[in-house]
Amino acid sequence: MAYSQRLSRKAIAWLIGAVLVLPLTTFAEVPSPVIPKAKGDKCVRPTEIMRKDHMKFLLHHREETVREGIRTKKDSLKECIACHNAPDKNGKVARIGSPEHFCSTCHNYAAVKIDCFECHADKPANTQYRHSLAEGDSPHHPGMKSEDKVLSGKTLEILTAKGDKE
Amino acid sequence: MSHQETDISRRQFLGKAAAAGLMIAPGVMLYKVAQARAPEMPASSSNRWGMLIDTSKCATGCSDCVTACQTENGWGGENSNEVHSAPTQQAHWIRKVKLTDKQTGHVQSLPLMCQHCENPPCVDVCPTGASMKRADGIVLVDKHICIGCRYCMMACPYKARSFIHEELHNQIPYAPRGKGTVESCTMCVQRVDNNGTPACVEACNSEGHKAMYFGDLNDPSSDISKRLKEYGATEIRADLELNTGVRYQGI
Amino acid sequence: MKTLTYKMIDGNSSGYLALLAILGLFVLAGATAFFYMEHNGHWVTGMSNQVVWGIPHVFAVFLIVSASGALNVASISSVFNRKIYKPLAPLSAVLALTLLLGGLTILVLDLGRPDRLIVAMTKYNFKSIFAWNMILYNGFLAIVGVYVWFMLERKMNKFSRYAGFAAFFWRLILTTGTGAIFGFLVARDAYDVAIMAPMFIIMSFAYGLAIFNIVTIAIYSWTDRQLGDVIFERLRTLLGVFIGAVFYFVTVYHLTKLYATKHHGVENFILVDGGIYTTLFWLGQVIIGLLIPAILVFHPAFAKSRKALVSASVLVIAGGLSQMYVTIIGGQAYPLEMFPGKIIESSFFDGGIKAYTPSLPELALGLGGFALSLLMIALAIKVLRLIPDNLSDAEIDPHHKA
Repeated sequence: MAYSQRLSRKAIAWLIGAVLVLPLTTFAEVPSPVIPKAKGDKCVRPTEIMRKDHMKFLLHHREETVREGIRTKKDSLKECIACHNAPDKNGKVARIGSPEHFCSTCHNYAAVKIDCFECHADKPANTQYRHSLAEGDSPHHPGMKSEDKVLSGKTLEILTAKGDKE
Repeated sequence: MSHQETDISRRQFLGKAAAAGLMIAPGVMLYKVAQARAPEMPASSSNRWGMLIDTSKCATGCSDCVTACQTENGWGGENSNEVHSAPTQQAHWIRKVKLTDKQTGHVQSLPLMCQHCENPPCVDVCPTGASMKRADGIVLVDKHICIGCRYCMMACPYKARSFIHEELHNQIPYAPRGKGTVESCTMCVQRVDNNGTPACVEACNSEGHKAMYFGDLNDPSSDISKRLKEYGATEIRADLELNTGVRYQGI
Repeated sequence: MKTLTYKMIDGNSSGYLALLAILGLFVLAGATAFFYMEHNGHWVTGMSNQVVWGIPHVFAVFLIVSASGALNVASISSVFNRKIYKPLAPLSAVLALTLLLGGLTILVLDLGRPDRLIVAMTKYNFKSIFAWNMILYNGFLAIVGVYVWFMLERKMNKFSRYAGFAAFFWRLILTTGTGAIFGFLVARDAYDVAIMAPMFIIMSFAYGLAIFNIVTIAIYSWTDRQLGDVIFERLRTLLGVFIGAVFYFVTVYHLTKLYATKHHGVENFILVDGGIYTTLFWLGQVIIGLLIPAILVFHPAFAKSRKALVSASVLVIAGGLSQMYVTIIGGQAYPLEMFPGKIIESSFFDGGIKAYTPSLPELALGLGGFALSLLMIALAIKVLRLIPDNLSDAEIDPHHKA
């Protein structure tokens, strides 16, 4: 009885040791993901929060956008991609699955499968076609100022709130 | 002619009409502006977006509305990303339909797409609630929870929906679409949410055909409501009493 | 009546193992077909945006409908208290379970996003017949599961009748739900009629019993157990009655459709010039599925023939699959009537009959689901005590005179 107890204790000790050592060996073999630099200077939330909870924000935002038509930019996947996976100087842009893609770099490393990009674009819009980032420009009419075309929220605000008084 | 030079949005169209001296009071213009929605505001049931199609102005053989939809939403056309699918399997958000009267031989032409019903059969039958109607009457597929059962396609009286039969690449950021889910005309919801006009209507107007009108059916002073009041219009399959958001004149 | 002994089959004969191997091959082919379709997308199938449900749905709906019918024998014994059916009630209930599982497997594996099955289980739109059906199918599995347990566990035997009642009512609702998938579709001319729900119930009686007959007679003859003439006679006449009832409903369905002028187009399509659909209706559904089996069942010359009943049952199944093909695919092949009195043409194949040719993977998936049902029942009789050792007349008939 005592012998077998000792044996099992020994086994447990070995096991714990193995579990502790395991990550070290893994880290040694697979390099940590290299996270590409974003285009903007600051993310919408602190990195620690985004790293852990980005999916929560995205899920919440997707409900709001698809179901209610709320199109704020803060948690929009489109904006994440536009900033985090912008084309480089030569116009080259990383595609989903490649380690250079902002999403893939971590998701490949953590082996967490995502299906976002089966439907969503994995790169920003072709700037020749659309320009969604520059505030005031119409997303649908490249190169044209909004006052000629679709009014942006900001312009509308000015028109409705201040326009009458001035 | 490029897209930029010629497209006329609803608002600009109204503006020109006002400048041309039509009886559109400044108050009407202001009312329209007040209706516009900021990005953080949800779609509201005080609006009901609809379309009016004047078939007498819709030319046989013209497919500007279809091309504009393809460019805007990234389906079909010359650069179709459905490379494996047979023609019967490729998606069609909007199509031009030619009607020939069996008795008289009278020929008509019209664009056909999701009719954005008030009581959509596709929404009724969808098991997960992926098929949905927004507060402002636009019928959409929430592809996040679509399981691809295609029951909505069985239920739609207009054959307005398509199933994606293969993996897609290079989608347009504004118009996500992908394998195994069902899709249909979104009334260019991405434009409507930015207080814009659907691509098909815009193209039809900018090319000078003026067979399509877009607007708020709930706003009696909107161009579309006035036209509907004055000239009347028909629903396709009115017998089903679905109260469609897309109406046709001349059928 | 004597006390019956329920026994598992030995299940080590080469014949049994060969049967498992053959069924297993079909299941494997079905699984391969699923992975192929799932990997590539549905472009590798004959299904399209015109015919959105294809041969997998023919098999799936047929099996789901049959599942409800396979419960007939159990229901008659528990609900209508006919003791003579009681010995076969456990087999009947387990067959109902395996048929439903086979059908559902096909349905799920044909989804555009089978990976999102969890969504279908967690998000319900309660106006959807499909959503209701998911509850009905899961409920059926649970209720019939409990029913089987009550029948097999001696301590619970006394409750089995109540479980039988619950299962009986549940299956009626279930088949109503399956029929309503089509009956409530207002858009299409071939559907949109309330008679589809009761018609599906009656069809379920016939198709389910046909499968049950074949399974029962096969088990008893292959394991050298005795199946007496008394029980055989019941199964035979029961099938005959159901065939007659299906005939009646099919007639009334088409008369209803024929009466309204607006449905003349689709009726003409199915009954007169619909090509494959007309052939499948008259030759498959009516002659092979109803008339010949009726002769085999009712003609005195075949009264004692086991082979005749098995043949009749096989034909009823063939007719049932034809009926599902005509209903599901024929109903979609006929164009939507959007503009009465006009010829309609477009780049999206409006107007005109829609073409559909089933591809091999789809067919493999459908057959694989069927094989899965049969494989499960073949295994069930080896691991569960489902079938009485001896059902000779002397064993079950109190009035039997040797």
